[in-house]
Amino acid sequence: MLKRILWAGASLPLMTTLAHAEGGIDQMISDFVGPIVNPIVSTVFYSVPMFGANVPLIVGWLVIAACVFTVYFGFIQFRGFKHSIEIVRGDYFDPKNAGEVTPFQALATALSGTVGLGNIAGVGVAVYIGGPGATFWMILAGLLGMAAKFTECILGVHYRNEYEDGTVSGGPMYYLSKGLSEQGKASLGKFLAIFFSICCVFGALGGGNMFQANQSFVQISSILPFFEGKGWLFGLIMAAVVGFVIIGGIKSIARVTEKVVPGMAILYVGTALIIILLNITAIPEAIGAIFTGAFAPTAVAGGAVGALIQGFKRAAFSNEAGIGSASIAHSAVQTNHPATEGYVALLEPFIDTVVICTMTSLVIIITGSWAPGSGVTGIALTSQAFESSFSGFGYILAIAAVLFAFSTMISWSYYGLKAWTYMFGEGKTKELTFKLIFCIFVIIGSSMSLGPVIDFSDAMIFAMAIANIIGLYFLMPKVKELVKDYQAKLASGEITKVEK
Amino acid sequence: MADVNIVGFDGSGHSGRAVDYARDRAKNSGAHLHLVLVLEWSPYSFHTPDELAERHKRREQELDRAYKIVQPVTDDLNKAGVNATCEVRHGHVADSLCDIAKEKSANQIVIGRTGDSAIAQRILGGLVLTLAQMAPVPLTIVP
Repeated sequence: MLKRILWAGASLPLMTTLAHAEGGIDQMISDFVGPIVNPIVSTVFYSVPMFGANVPLIVGWLVIAACVFTVYFGFIQFRGFKHSIEIVRGDYFDPKNAGEVTPFQALATALSGTVGLGNIAGVGVAVYIGGPGATFWMILAGLLGMAAKFTECILGVHYRNEYEDGTVSGGPMYYLSKGLSEQGKASLGKFLAIFFSICCVFGALGGGNMFQANQSFVQISSILPFFEGKGWLFGLIMAAVVGFVIIGGIKSIARVTEKVVPGMAILYVGTALIIILLNITAIPEAIGAIFTGAFAPTAVAGGAVGALIQGFKRAAFSNEAGIGSASIAHSAVQTNHPATEGYVALLEPFIDTVVICTMTSLVIIITGSWAPGSGVTGIALTSQAFESSFSGFGYILAIAAVLFAFSTMISWSYYGLKAWTYMFGEGKTKELTFKLIFCIFVIIGSSMSLGPVIDFSDAMIFAMAIANIIGLYFLMPKVKELVKDYQAKLASGEITKVEK
Repeated sequence: MADVNIVGFDGSGHSGRAVDYARDRAKNSGAHLHLVLVLEWSPYSFHTPDELAERHKRREQELDRAYKIVQPVTDDLNKAGVNATCEVRHGHVADSLCDIAKEKSANQIVIGRTGDSAIAQRILGGLVLTLAQMAPVPLTIVP
């Protein structure tokens, strides 16, 4: 193992030398990949003018799917909400299974992959471009997204692979191939699974890695001037830490961050709550602004539709409902019934989008930080809003952003790896190859401003949704069957709460 | 029905003394000894996705390793003419010992003193102190 780490370490300086020669290499890569990726990006984000705004079809694809699942499962996100809380609280967790993955742990791990820059920076972008009204659409998208997560996570558990050594692999690639072959569409399933896997690997290297590394470098260099212009150094440190966790198996680092990340999330939400309470009198006005902004906004490009697109887009980015990524993380849980995982998973978009994103945008609105056309957007806008109540919070936000980015990277390294091993097969060398590539991309991501590459990785993450949702449409009767079976067992008393 | 004594055992010298003490008493009283090894585990700890996938396998390995520690001691007790059984469980140590004591309708819990100083116990929250506060049945602490 040590040898591997040393080897990984030896290959890094080469990359940094390359990366250090910024500008030139930046441009070279942009020139090289631009012509290849631009058509892909413009296809995935193909927009049609509608009601005076450009509507990216992929956003519509996600929202329509979420609506379909919501109706098809009879508003499960509202009817099943109480049951979800009971499962996560451990009411149905058999003490005999102590030591296995609990529903709470599955939820926490999946959340640490989704709660991140989307909640801080994404909301800043949504409110800046879409105005306060974007918040309304973001919440709506979050609520609808709960049904999409419900669907994909049940399938993830049902069609997972369990190996002899007790480990499991699951996710869209497995339910697409196995599920569709059950329906006699084996080749379509195989095609969708491979398509999904390719997008997932690129999405993991891009949105799940380079974007995260890049944004956390921007944050760190804003508070530590030492790092300015030394993206390669920051990248090297970050890559080393990521490498220790995913290659070296130094779980303790991950465990520390996994403990710090929820702490940071609580600190973030807590601070937002305090700011909201301090400005409690401004709340009715803010809620008014959210509603009027949602339907009749002023100073927003594209009017109500503009606000809607921003809200939906950022919500989808933040909670990843319909993308299929969370179902990979949820597949590992020990459960006698796949449906329980759906109930657990539907809480994710709720916590991520309906709670945390709404908090961020409320803080931005009530502190009066939103200034259309000011150029203050993204994480800078969020930071300014928090700073206006607590000076110095920018530092905490920067640290939080880095930790969120780190936990997102660890999660996506796993998603990417699972897609990689699905395509190339399991095996130590194959896995190590992907992990090394992943570490190298951390350095590339933080030392370069690769516009087209970042666009490409965004496109890849959304492209995952193309294959995933086609599969979900085909497989939703199967989900209904599983849910009905589970509900019948609940009603008959075959599945009951554990006595405490 | 014979008395049931729960004995906390983790393979350490302290817990070994607790077993010896319980054995000597059981020889006279005919009590049934139930050796319990608790693997510290929380349902609320955080894992990476990687760890989640391996959790089931790890759990089996942990249980296997723990039984290798506690089973020989139980066998020795049985050979010595004491009626003994054993159990390995994941959970909070004090909570689990109390739960098992209730499940088995035990009439006492026997544990070894850990030997930490008073200060260390206060800071780290020793098992002995915790158990003394919450044991549902009499608790014997073997020095």
